[in-house]
Amino acid sequence: MLSGMESRTVAWQPIADTPVAYLREGDETHPPLDSPAYKSTLLRHPRAPLLYLPQTLSEISGPALGAAARLGPLDHDLTRQHAGAPIGERLIVQGRVLDGEGKPLRGTLVEIWQANAAGRYLHKRDHWDAPLDPNFSGAGRCLTDDDGRYRFVTVKPGPYPWGNHHNAWRPAHIHFSLLGRAFAQRLVTQMYFPGDPFFPYDPIFNAVRDERARERLIAAFNVHETVPQWAQCYEFDIVLRGPAATPFEEEL
Amino acid sequence: MIFPTTPSQTVGPYYAIGLPWPQGPFVVPEGTPGSVRLHGRVYDGRGALIPDHLIETWQADPDGRFADMHGAGPDGPSALEGFRGFGRCGYEEGDGSYALWTVKPGRVPGPGGELQAPHVLVSLFARGLLNRLVTRIYFADEAEANASDPVLASVPSERRSTLLADPDGDGGYRFDIRLQGDGETVFFAL
Ligand SMILES: [Fe+3]
Repeated sequence: MLSGMESRTVAWQPIADTPVAYLREGDETHPPLDSPAYKSTLLRHPRAPLLYLPQTLSEISGPALGAAARLGPLDHDLTRQHAGAPIGERLIVQGRVLDGEGKPLRGTLVEIWQANAAGRYLHKRDHWDAPLDPNFSGAGRCLTDDDGRYRFVTVKPGPYPWGNHHNAWRPAHIHFSLLGRAFAQRLVTQMYFPGDPFFPYDPIFNAVRDERARERLIAAFNVHETVPQWAQCYEFDIVLRGPAATPFEEEL
Repeated sequence: MIFPTTPSQTVGPYYAIGLPWPQGPFVVPEGTPGSVRLHGRVYDGRGALIPDHLIETWQADPDGRFADMHGAGPDGPSALEGFRGFGRCGYEEGDGSYALWTVKPGRVPGPGGELQAPHVLVSLFARGLLNRLVTRIYFADEAEANASDPVLASVPSERRSTLLADPDGDGGYRFDIRLQGDGETVFFAL
């Protein structure tokens, strides 16, 4: 298990570089909540249109959990959280967390969870008939450094079947959760691997309607950062919504 | 140059192996003077309880100040001992309910500088939600402040009650969330 996170007094940093409002984005970036091919959306999407919420101090501020997170030394290394090494292809998964202007987001909490190499989650509700790995829990977290970089060591998750439609298999993926610096920047997403044969059949991946946007969910193999005789490296940069050009223009 | 945003994906059914942590539901430490239990249930479009949701909250302290990374706000960061301002509640095997331990927030400035009514921001994640749902919890016993709140004023009057947490008779507040259909909670585009 991961260590706990406790609150800690946070140094007050100047507000000067904190955006006053964030760009609004719609279905051209994010998947629509009503996506019938993904059946669980049927009873879970609101029918009424979303109402406009002005971005007040509540929305443009955000938790100091990143700075306050008390991370264990192995929280970022999913291959060393148990007595032995997990089965599977060892991976380095790394990248940068940026905002829409390309500015690195430092000190932000990145949390991941994933299936093991056989595609099985260490979760009571996962009943797929694939083996659990006694040396793999599948959860990790870290803070981005001053350049917005994060880095995990893990194993490649296997694809797994699910009940959405006949012969439904999820492409191999790692779940990512990002806090950002503002409530408005909060993002939960999934990272995929290049060339996955299940892409054309997966309604969750394809719920993102723009092909270029879907490509932003796919990590890139990085041969230069791959460590010989040890681990493959995949690079996955994550962009959280950026500041609105001017708050007044955006809020009108 | 604009860097296009990474799209959202569902948190899926198995987020509980990665996201919840024991202190997550404690927006303030246990025993904080004036702290209350904020709780409720989450229902789908058929009125069934959703066992696999994850709720996150973000709010100001009773003085209207945030526990923010950047000390956002004209009055600086919260001075309340141990105030996290952030709550996260999710379960490996949930029964559709959630519960957080918090303090009632104070008033923070609104879009035109006027004070907003006390509110708690909510992000709701679940299997079947391809993006988070955002809503605000207001407090039914703040009728006067609610009457002048600019966000509540923008909500059709017949739907406003879906944003109100009711005193639960036990010193806490109850706020149920209905994703779809009768009494559908008001959700916001942020
Ligand atoms: Fe998954």
